[in-house]
Amino acid sequence: MKINYSKITGLLLAGLIMTAATSEAQSQPHLGMNETIRDLGITPPTPIALQGFTGEASEVLNFDLYVQGFKVVAPDAAQYVISGSNAGNISGSLTDNIAHKMLFSRTYNGASVRRQAHAFADDIVAEIRNLKPIGGTKIAYKAQTEGGSGEIYVADFDGYGAQQVTADGAIVARPAWVPGRMALYYTSYARGEPDIFYHSLSSGQRRVIAGYSGLNTSAAVSPDGSKVAMILSKSGSPNVWVCNADGSDLVRVTKGLEDSSPCWSPNGDWICYAAKLGGRRALAKVPAGGGEPQRLSTAGVLNPTEPDWSPDGKWIAFTSQMGDFSICVMAADGSVPPVALVSGQNPSWSPNSRTLIFNRGPDGRQSLSVLDVFTKQYKDCRRGTGSDSQPAWAR
Amino acid sequence: MKLNKIVLPLALALVATLATTGCRHGFSGKTTYLPGQRPQPVTEGENGTLPSAVPIDNAAPMPVSTPNPVTSVVPGSTPTSTNIDLGDYNQDRGALAAYTVHFKFDSAVVQDKEQQNITSVAQALGDPNLRLLIEGNCDERGTEEYNRSLGERRALALREALAKASVDPMRIKTISYGKDKPADPDHNEAAWAKNRRGEFVLLRPKTPVQ
Repeated sequence: MKINYSKITGLLLAGLIMTAATSEAQSQPHLGMNETIRDLGITPPTPIALQGFTGEASEVLNFDLYVQGFKVVAPDAAQYVISGSNAGNISGSLTDNIAHKMLFSRTYNGASVRRQAHAFADDIVAEIRNLKPIGGTKIAYKAQTEGGSGEIYVADFDGYGAQQVTADGAIVARPAWVPGRMALYYTSYARGEPDIFYHSLSSGQRRVIAGYSGLNTSAAVSPDGSKVAMILSKSGSPNVWVCNADGSDLVRVTKGLEDSSPCWSPNGDWICYAAKLGGRRALAKVPAGGGEPQRLSTAGVLNPTEPDWSPDGKWIAFTSQMGDFSICVMAADGSVPPVALVSGQNPSWSPNSRTLIFNRGPDGRQSLSVLDVFTKQYKDCRRGTGSDSQPAWAR
Repeated sequence: MKLNKIVLPLALALVATLATTGCRHGFSGKTTYLPGQRPQPVTEGENGTLPSAVPIDNAAPMPVSTPNPVTSVVPGSTPTSTNIDLGDYNQDRGALAAYTVHFKFDSAVVQDKEQQNITSVAQALGDPNLRLLIEGNCDERGTEEYNRSLGERRALALREALAKASVDPMRIKTISYGKDKPADPDHNEAAWAKNRRGEFVLLRPKTPVQ
């Protein structure tokens, strides 16, 4: 099947014009009658039909679409019909079942069936939701084995293609990506104490950028890649410090008794972190260059930790603890109070600010899972033999 | 005139109330932390209730520091030791194993009943060539990085307690394992109580000192 690009462009334009005419939500083209709200955790999934795919192609399409808020239903109940085949290469089309309009038809070649299926899913999501693709994105995470030690791994966002990054047989923690680069920061006890390493995945070279006395952990790279926020206890308490990418020009940013888990606002102006105020856990934000911390309201949930600010700036995800751990999301400006979505820890935003990766399950047997924050649909990633946690989504 | 007499005290009372309430939340907009000074941490009472926080008055004169260093250990203000290289010492895990200190849930406050262990550890450090490693640990009911900070704070709290017992804090190194090294891998209150702990490891110099 040959692709007629002018025809596709025409259909895309038609779709966009239709959106402008019918949809209230600018960011959500093709808003159908079954999807009238877009609220955290209670937005109904978009019903789709999936026809003609088998094996790995079917698995990838099902996974990618489910964790981005789609649900496979019978063809006559579907808002969109996705059909095609994986005989040789992937070819497929997306049809609006309500407008009776084919939105695109495309054939993929090169790489693997798996890659092609991810690319097709990306095109479907981009067409319907106007979101940045996640099918080709990577994650880094900690895989813990017995006795507390573990290694840092990098994999596709669904857990496939896992590659071991470290081989120290030491406790490791909290990998963090350098935005847009194949490079990580992470914590390792390889030298007997917790140090923060910078590790280039392309060259394999690494160096310690923070190896001060006491605790060195929880590196978080600024959106422009030039700064690293982290937790150091060198002044006598675990606090947020910021340095340059190479570890130079270290500045203390917070002065509480027990701070943890810094993350950056997407404009790089703020650092959000978990503080302890009056003996209770709380979230706070502080100007990245230092200044007065401001408490963030997390009314309705208890013991917030592990904040992560979405790349579009709208949301802050975090872990609350009310008996069990819960993944919560709230508006960064406080306009939407925290909503507890599912049981789990360590949320990390995807580049498109709609999907989270997190870990769930009993200690010692955690697995990574991908979550759509609007529909609350989630699915576990492929896992190894140990306990996978602290995922970081490359963005 | 009469109205003013009533309104003014009321307004003052309101301001005072607001100031007190604001400080209880920790980050009041007007609070500035002076270098080396910090509001007293809120400590957990024996009955589990939280004592009210002390309001901070920046206009008040700075308190003169007490001449006795033993009582001036402000939690969180003692820089960690930079002069201990673990490679120079043999780690004796057995010597102080009996003095392991346990903590309440989600707390880094050294309980009064642990004072005997602190005293025993201080006494065991009589030889000035000895050094001490304190390992802070947590139970599994906290997130990983939160627990890594909590474990460090526990180790630092023990270091501060030993400083009050006249041990030079520069002889003490801290390390946090968060919840990565449970003493008991079980998932119940008995195991958790054992895992919320600070362990003392005696550091003996590898090269004998003359």
